[in-house]
Amino acid sequence: MASTIPDDEGIDYSDIEAKYRVEAMEGLDNCIVVDGVPIIDESRKDRLLSKVEKEFTRRGCPYPSKKVVLPWDKAEGKSKGFMFIEFNTAEEAERAKAVMDKHPFDAKHRFKINILTELDEYVELDETFKEPEPEVFRPKEHLRAWLTDPAGRDQYITYRGDEVTVFWHGKGSSSEVAQERNNWTDLYVQWSPKGTLLATIHRQGVKLWGGPSFQLVQRFAHPMIKRMDFSPDENYIVTFEKIVIPDNALQGPQYLGKDNEGDYVAVWDVRTGHLKRTFPRSVLLGEDEATSKNLIWPQLKWSPDGKYVARITPGQQISVYSLPDFALVDKKSLKIEGVGKKPRESILAYWTPEIGNQPARATLISFPSRTQLRSKNLFNVSDCKLYWQDSGDFLCVKVDRHTKTKKPSSCNLEIFRMREKDIPVEVVEPKDTVTEFAWEPKGERFILISTNDPNYGTGQVGVQIRTDVSFWQLDRNRNDFRMLKSLSGKTINVIRWSPRGRHVILSTMGSSSKSDLEFWDMDFNVDDFGKKEPTERKEEWGSAMHLLANTEHYGVTDIEWDPSGRYVASSVSVWRHSVENGFVIWDFKGQEQQRHLIDRFKQFAWRPRPATLLTKEQQKQIRKNLKEYSRVFEEKDAAMESNVSAELIQARKRAINEWNAWRARIRQELAQTSKGRKNAKRRDEEQEETVELIDELIEETVTALE
Amino acid sequence: MRPILLQGHERSLTQIKYNVDGDLIFSCSKDHRINVWYSHNGERLGTYDGHNGTIWTVDVDSESRFLVSGSADNMMKLWEVKTGKCLFTWEFPTAIKRVAFSDDDSLIACITEQRMGHQGAVRVFPVNRNGTGTEQTQEPLSMFHPIESKATVLTFGTTSDQIITGHESGKITLYKTKTGDEVVSNKRAHREVVTDIQMSPDRSYFITSSKDKSAKLFEAKTLDELKSYVTETPLNSAAIAPKRPYILLGGGQEAMNVTTTSLRQGKFETRFWHKVFEEEVGRVKGHFGPINTIAVHPAGTSYASGGEDGFIRVHHFDDSYFRARPYGDLEPEED
Repeated sequence: MASTIPDDEGIDYSDIEAKYRVEAMEGLDNCIVVDGVPIIDESRKDRLLSKVEKEFTRRGCPYPSKKVVLPWDKAEGKSKGFMFIEFNTAEEAERAKAVMDKHPFDAKHRFKINILTELDEYVELDETFKEPEPEVFRPKEHLRAWLTDPAGRDQYITYRGDEVTVFWHGKGSSSEVAQERNNWTDLYVQWSPKGTLLATIHRQGVKLWGGPSFQLVQRFAHPMIKRMDFSPDENYIVTFEKIVIPDNALQGPQYLGKDNEGDYVAVWDVRTGHLKRTFPRSVLLGEDEATSKNLIWPQLKWSPDGKYVARITPGQQISVYSLPDFALVDKKSLKIEGVGKKPRESILAYWTPEIGNQPARATLISFPSRTQLRSKNLFNVSDCKLYWQDSGDFLCVKVDRHTKTKKPSSCNLEIFRMREKDIPVEVVEPKDTVTEFAWEPKGERFILISTNDPNYGTGQVGVQIRTDVSFWQLDRNRNDFRMLKSLSGKTINVIRWSPRGRHVILSTMGSSSKSDLEFWDMDFNVDDFGKKEPTERKEEWGSAMHLLANTEHYGVTDIEWDPSGRYVASSVSVWRHSVENGFVIWDFKGQEQQRHLIDRFKQFAWRPRPATLLTKEQQKQIRKNLKEYSRVFEEKDAAMESNVSAELIQARKRAINEWNAWRARIRQELAQTSKGRKNAKRRDEEQEETVELIDELIEETVTALE
Repeated sequence: MRPILLQGHERSLTQIKYNVDGDLIFSCSKDHRINVWYSHNGERLGTYDGHNGTIWTVDVDSESRFLVSGSADNMMKLWEVKTGKCLFTWEFPTAIKRVAFSDDDSLIACITEQRMGHQGAVRVFPVNRNGTGTEQTQEPLSMFHPIESKATVLTFGTTSDQIITGHESGKITLYKTKTGDEVVSNKRAHREVVTDIQMSPDRSYFITSSKDKSAKLFEAKTLDELKSYVTETPLNSAAIAPKRPYILLGGGQEAMNVTTTSLRQGKFETRFWHKVFEEEVGRVKGHFGPINTIAVHPAGTSYASGGEDGFIRVHHFDDSYFRARPYGDLEPEED
């Protein structure tokens, strides 16, 4: 003990003692206390110690095994439930604390870790309660503020060169800039499915932005990320790229750690920014994870109710994980030698190929009960594709068949009618190979594109494939799907339904000579938009269809409907087409609203909207009183239009006035310096001569006199 | 609009000029030949033969007496317009890319190419207008070397004591004719090479075109940018239309890429833009190669465009062109 009391001889040694005092705690920074270790008896001591050491080593925090102390309660003959570990350095101890704190050792035990020196602080902690200072509330911007726009406008984002711009889409050709930033993203931009957040992809990872001024909401570090996606409910994001952890990587729940190394797919919680789980990548059958060039996207499929997420290991199994803890449901994967799958309302659809004598089979099972709802055997199958209708009423399985000699020959569609008893399956057999299939959103119609062109599938570049387009609808009276109409000898290869159904765009993309856009209305003689009731169709079957417009957008690479289904944007991205980049916005009738030719244009995306909060009744009410509502809006539109044109006229007037003023100034200056410009003068005069002959002649005599 | 197709060149056009009266069109081409045409009917009057290389440039004086031409055979020639006789020849170490008469006809300026160790240079020669015109001097009145980036185009400024040059880097510079001193420079005029420069009728402002797909209007005295016209294709030429508030732009896909792109993509059209509002008002199709040069009749009644395809198209404006008021009453005062 250091003492400041003068001793017998009255000499004060305190200064010397202070100088040579030994720091008692020195050198204990590298020791940690691990709490939450299972209490065990003598016989399991060695096993425990080795298990703990293994656990630490696995997470990248090895320590010399000799330097462990497990305190023992001699009276009870059991351990005390904590232990001391000494690391080589204080840094290693810090790191162990960061990594291993709250580490689940087993089902019942979770480590709690403290540095030994810190314990003193806790011991000396003031026991009296002090009310913590309330944190100052910092208001955050409302993430859905854009929905409160008084004019109800939609937003869209464009990416060109290094510039990312968010626009308000006004009526006609007026678009207002909402936000503009240079180098906002390194790769591309993406809206979340309900439009709440904007994701930008950077070399270091993903950043999410939101609110009226697009402030940073969250970021996720996934170096060299290639792709990302949101879960449908916007609670999670998925990022994709091989995970490589450098030695000095940052630690914490929001960072990828050593144990994630080698995986590809990472799932993150959007709100907390924490890493939820990582997965290896799914690759096509027979490909190696490390060398595969084909990126299967999406890697994970989410159930619409947000309870499950499924991951496939082709040829082996489907693993279904429950949210939000990402634990494997019932701790086992579905062992299926299958390929395709898709969860929906907790019904999982998948198909398995033919193996030996066993036929191929499409199966529907409900989850989590794992009861099989329906299955169908299929023969001579070369490939299957599953298409859910978006409200889950139908599932179409497109089956590509081959002959005995494995040549692809025909194609048929097995349509599962989910809403009916026992899920009846209907078969539609188009003659030719089906290249494209699309359900009408929330509807009972679909469009398929088929071809019998001999060039199809040969992979020749620049060959125009002839296609046929057919429209089908469920006939309530006959209770089967009937063809509405078919168009033959087309080059159409893309179908884009309006998100509200009814309208559809058929287009030819990726061709050097054709870039058609056909705007179709499926219910041309029905006034009431959105009515889905089985109205008695007096008209002839298929007569309601009408081609509204047939236009062209040269080199079109992308077509996107706005969330309301009123406008559609076709764009030419420099990523896929070298010239005439830019975008055009059309209305659903195929009338051009605005056209922008922009050098190095890359991406166009409408901001999605969340589902409506109005009930069915309210919607019906609005539809009923549409005329009244629309009158108000029409007035507003008219006012705005005149406003816009007034503004434009003002701007032009200003331009003219500026120009005239400038000309007047210049003319004056010229008059002053006209000496030595005899010829120019003469030229001017000659030109004006025709107009004001007399004036000029007089002026000329004056100059001659001078 | 009634187009007249002038088929007298075997290779691509390099420059077209109207004379001051507007009755003649002078054109030069890579086929080593200068042609002169009647502008009203497209009849060819004659040729000026003597060059032995691509002729890059021509200019004619205000009296239509002398014609000057610059060629890749390193020669600049002075011709008698009336007879087609070569009056005088200047010889240089490298090709002549641009020539220009001053507005008082007393001077000729020319740009020589930077090549084979020779610096690019701007030379100004006095013109002896007395006698037959054959007695000219080989000694330049002044000569200077633009620094940093080579000059590609030039014209005399508001007065003949100023020369404005456009450069490869996209800058434009105003020089004193006599001394070659830089008066003022606009380094950020364009982002790429300046391809053409043409003065307004009163020489108070001028237009430039550039491969950076834009054309711009500048004040001649200060080189301040007045207007900017941004298109989606590289531009080779730009001209100011008198009488109406329009400017004409021509260009298209680079000549070397033409064979690999379709006509649809090429954009071989003459574009009309509103001079003040900076908006495109119309296009005229016709050429099947990039447009290399555009010239407008000094009275604004017709224009001629010359293309990489070897054709000159002369368009006489209809009445409707003069009558049409696409912007209503909003018209700038006439120059």
